[in-house]
Amino acid sequence: MIKGKNIIIVGERDGVPGPAIAACVMAAGGNIVFMTTECFV
Amino acid sequence: MAVVVKDCSYVLIHIPSFVRYGSKPFRDIYLNSIPNEQLLAKIYQHTRSYDEAAGYPPNQVFIGNLHPDELNNIKQPWYENPVSPPERKGLFGEILPEDEFYAWIKIADDFDLVWLTPEFTDKIREITLKRPFLVNEDIQKLGTGVSPDKIMSKIEDGSALPLYFGGLIIGSLRRDHDADDSLKAHVLMENLLAKASGAFAMYHLFRRSGITSDKIDFILNCSEEAVGDRYNRGGGSLSKAIGEMCHCVNASGHDIKAFCAAPIHAIIDAASLVSAGVFERVVVVGGGCLAKIGMKYTGHLKHNMPILEDVLGGFAFLIEKDDGLSPVIRLDCVGKHAIGAASSQQEIMTSLVLKPLNKIDAKMLDIDKYATEMHNPEVTLPAGSGNTPLTNYKIMASLAVLQKEIDKGQMNTFVKEKGMPGFSPTQGHIPAAVPFLGHAIEAMKRGEIRNTMFVAKGSLFLGRMSQLSDGMSFLLEKNHSNRQ
Amino acid sequence: MDLESQAQIKKIADDLGKDSVMVILGASDIEGAEIAAETLTVGDPSFAGPLAGVSLRLPVYHILEPDLKSEIPDDVYEQQVGIVSMIVDTEEVANKFKAIRAQFDG
Repeated sequence: MIKGKNIIIVGERDGVPGPAIAACVMAAGGNIVFMTTECFV
Repeated sequence: MAVVVKDCSYVLIHIPSFVRYGSKPFRDIYLNSIPNEQLLAKIYQHTRSYDEAAGYPPNQVFIGNLHPDELNNIKQPWYENPVSPPERKGLFGEILPEDEFYAWIKIADDFDLVWLTPEFTDKIREITLKRPFLVNEDIQKLGTGVSPDKIMSKIEDGSALPLYFGGLIIGSLRRDHDADDSLKAHVLMENLLAKASGAFAMYHLFRRSGITSDKIDFILNCSEEAVGDRYNRGGGSLSKAIGEMCHCVNASGHDIKAFCAAPIHAIIDAASLVSAGVFERVVVVGGGCLAKIGMKYTGHLKHNMPILEDVLGGFAFLIEKDDGLSPVIRLDCVGKHAIGAASSQQEIMTSLVLKPLNKIDAKMLDIDKYATEMHNPEVTLPAGSGNTPLTNYKIMASLAVLQKEIDKGQMNTFVKEKGMPGFSPTQGHIPAAVPFLGHAIEAMKRGEIRNTMFVAKGSLFLGRMSQLSDGMSFLLEKNHSNRQ
Repeated sequence: MDLESQAQIKKIADDLGKDSVMVILGASDIEGAEIAAETLTVGDPSFAGPLAGVSLRLPVYHILEPDLKSEIPDDVYEQQVGIVSMIVDTEEVANKFKAIRAQFDG
């Protein structure tokens, strides 16, 4: 599912932040095209 | 040298007329060049009266009349189960009504930015004369007011924003430069409200602690506003401005910037300055953040509930050398989220909780209470923004499981006993763990708890200069000196 | 959802085509995550941002879904996500997101 796909990451500060998802995506062979971390507070 | 938190103060200021000037409502109302009157009407329909805001249980917790854990016994929604009668005064401070706050705003204004009508000026002068804190020399700064015609022409030519009370225009706040975005009316309004509310918190601190303003050596303001001009945006300081307003003639100061975690940074910095003997008495102060007023109003309207983000928060802490009585800031137990650390929750909490505890050979269960970002969930949940304190406590509990200090089945007990419900207005730095500091001091005095760890995170990445997040923590401990 | 992010995601979807793109969310509040998912599939429910009335219909996943987890090396997942997966019902997340994808998938 992830491998070879262009991945858009929308992480959250109090959940899983963008860079943490990015580390997973890279390890699974995905291509990150956008990454952000939202902060709702 | 050991350092203590000698005293604290907490204030709230009810500002329903300024909900329209919060960043999110302001953008939505003025999306097109003419204001969206329909949206404005809807917003006004959902604002609270002073009594409703003052009786709101989380607000009573903030000023010290209720313990945070007591919110567990009040049925939600809390806005339908107010404290009756609503108490204006609290153990740590008070909830100020909007008309009185206008006097503080005007007195905070050293550049004639704020014009109030003569009628309104008379009204607030009369009220202010009956109240403590502001002396005649301050009250003279209210002046005699400016004619409504002059005010309206300033508003109509676009150089000033209207100021409202009870739905009527009672004044204006003007920009101070035609081409400097750092000095436009809306920015100056944010800065002035932070200054005025910070000063109000500091006056309460002096009254509670019995200390006179001339005894303060240094001030660290941790409010969220970036005071400055176009050549040095954010380069200015509210510390000295607030200190000046509170007649701290022997103090200097500077601002601490660390997004929402700034109060923790500031307290650690203050404690370090005292410990090193650089200054004897340092005040950490935070004024309210107008930009975050009404931030989640769309969620509140959607759920047909009052717009709860209608109060500015403020606090002040007095940091001194050990007096043998007050709770001690353990400078050997400070946590930081290092640049090289990853941004996962596990890494953040390990950095902020486990690592500092390891330094003093303590376990997570040795800590009686954890204070994290105390955002009121009743504000955040309707907007789909989660329950920040609960999530943080659950993550701490998971960390305790991973440390084999508790079983998975004990996580809920850990959350309930070591944590507490969120009760703070959602203004970034205001909820940053420190709303519990006053309660912690009182609970330590009563012998109910031995210590509290204060943990706050900051979203450094919002400034677009780094993907890093931030956070700091410190341990507050009952004073073990024999002088107790 | 942040309006600037909406604008950037829209541009990426327009440039690359939705078939090669996949969104992964990390919100701890599942209701909040559902709002974000809705925004990226049928459009911004608050009608405020660049995605108001725009049906991107992007496939949206949550990092806590077991199906995604199975594609990520265990040690990496444990380190980056592990502690959050301990506090959220991941099966529930999977069911909700499957439903969202089924409902909105055009």
